[in-house]
Amino acid sequence: MIATLAFYVFALILLVSAAMVVTARNPVHSVLFLIMAFFNAAALFLIAGAEFLAMILVIVYVGAVAVLFLFVVMMLDVNFAELREGYQRYAPVGAAVGAVLFVELLMVLGGWHFAPDAASLRLGQIPAGVSNTDALGRVLYTDYVLLFQLAGLVLLVAMIGAIVLTLRDRKTSRHQDIGRQTARSAATSLRMVTVAIGAGVAPGDILRPQPEAPLTPPEPVGGGAGHGGPHHAAEIR
Amino acid sequence: MAVGLGHYLTVGAILLVMGIFGIFLNRKNVIVILMSIELILLAVNLNFVAFSAALGDLVGQVFAMFVLTVAAAEAAIGLAIVVIYFRNRGSIEVEDVTLMKG
Repeated sequence: MIATLAFYVFALILLVSAAMVVTARNPVHSVLFLIMAFFNAAALFLIAGAEFLAMILVIVYVGAVAVLFLFVVMMLDVNFAELREGYQRYAPVGAAVGAVLFVELLMVLGGWHFAPDAASLRLGQIPAGVSNTDALGRVLYTDYVLLFQLAGLVLLVAMIGAIVLTLRDRKTSRHQDIGRQTARSAATSLRMVTVAIGAGVAPGDILRPQPEAPLTPPEPVGGGAGHGGPHHAAEIR
Repeated sequence: MAVGLGHYLTVGAILLVMGIFGIFLNRKNVIVILMSIELILLAVNLNFVAFSAALGDLVGQVFAMFVLTVAAAEAAIGLAIVVIYFRNRGSIEVEDVTLMKG
């Protein structure tokens, strides 16, 4: 009884927030209603007994996808009011298509029934006395381990694709040149000088950042600069 | 399952119709279209979970998890495309996309 009541409440909030997602004037509100819809869908999953999926829905969708949407909506400086013109023009078409689809779905809902041998065709029965997460793991990591790895591959491809798409190489940015870094050796970067006692080193022998001149050495490596005592005869060039 | 299967299927059907209505309604705004697609996939997941619970078959939940994975990947790629499209054109109007045709 309580479960039925909770189902109606969550389903109502889910549908109302889904309606607000598609009709909200401000896309930020759309994203926030999307988050609310996901939370309520997670509650519906919980009522159906799919606890693990409910938690995954909250973590993945609310925690990652919806925040991604929020970032993009807030980052792009788009005139959203301009995007809404033609709203009334498209509404009848959308309503017509939606109504036709809904009537079709209602016809399916009214006429379908389970096949007589549906119970015998089950692939993985829910084991008794085991939590949902445990049962899901037992199936996922044995029978469906290949599909599980492929799903990970899909995510990897999506990650690389998103990075490749959005990476912009600025000319001013400084990159690490690994080849040049490893090609350096002590012979090309280090010079030993013998310094007479009390004479100090010649000004050009110690590379320290000159205050007025722009940095003459290509890479002022810390260590040689900064402390120019005569004990530190080894100079890093 | 405490609640009947028909209830879940009705909610899933309404959610799916709402997502499709959203695609038609916000034809110019790619971001809301992506959100509508998320709603449609959520309706699909709801049906998977409802049937899984009604039949006592765990594979429906496994499949719902894969749908979740693909939906997350799709959202990431879609938003990345939106970002570079905005960077190039300064707008995210869907109708301008046809300008990419040669």
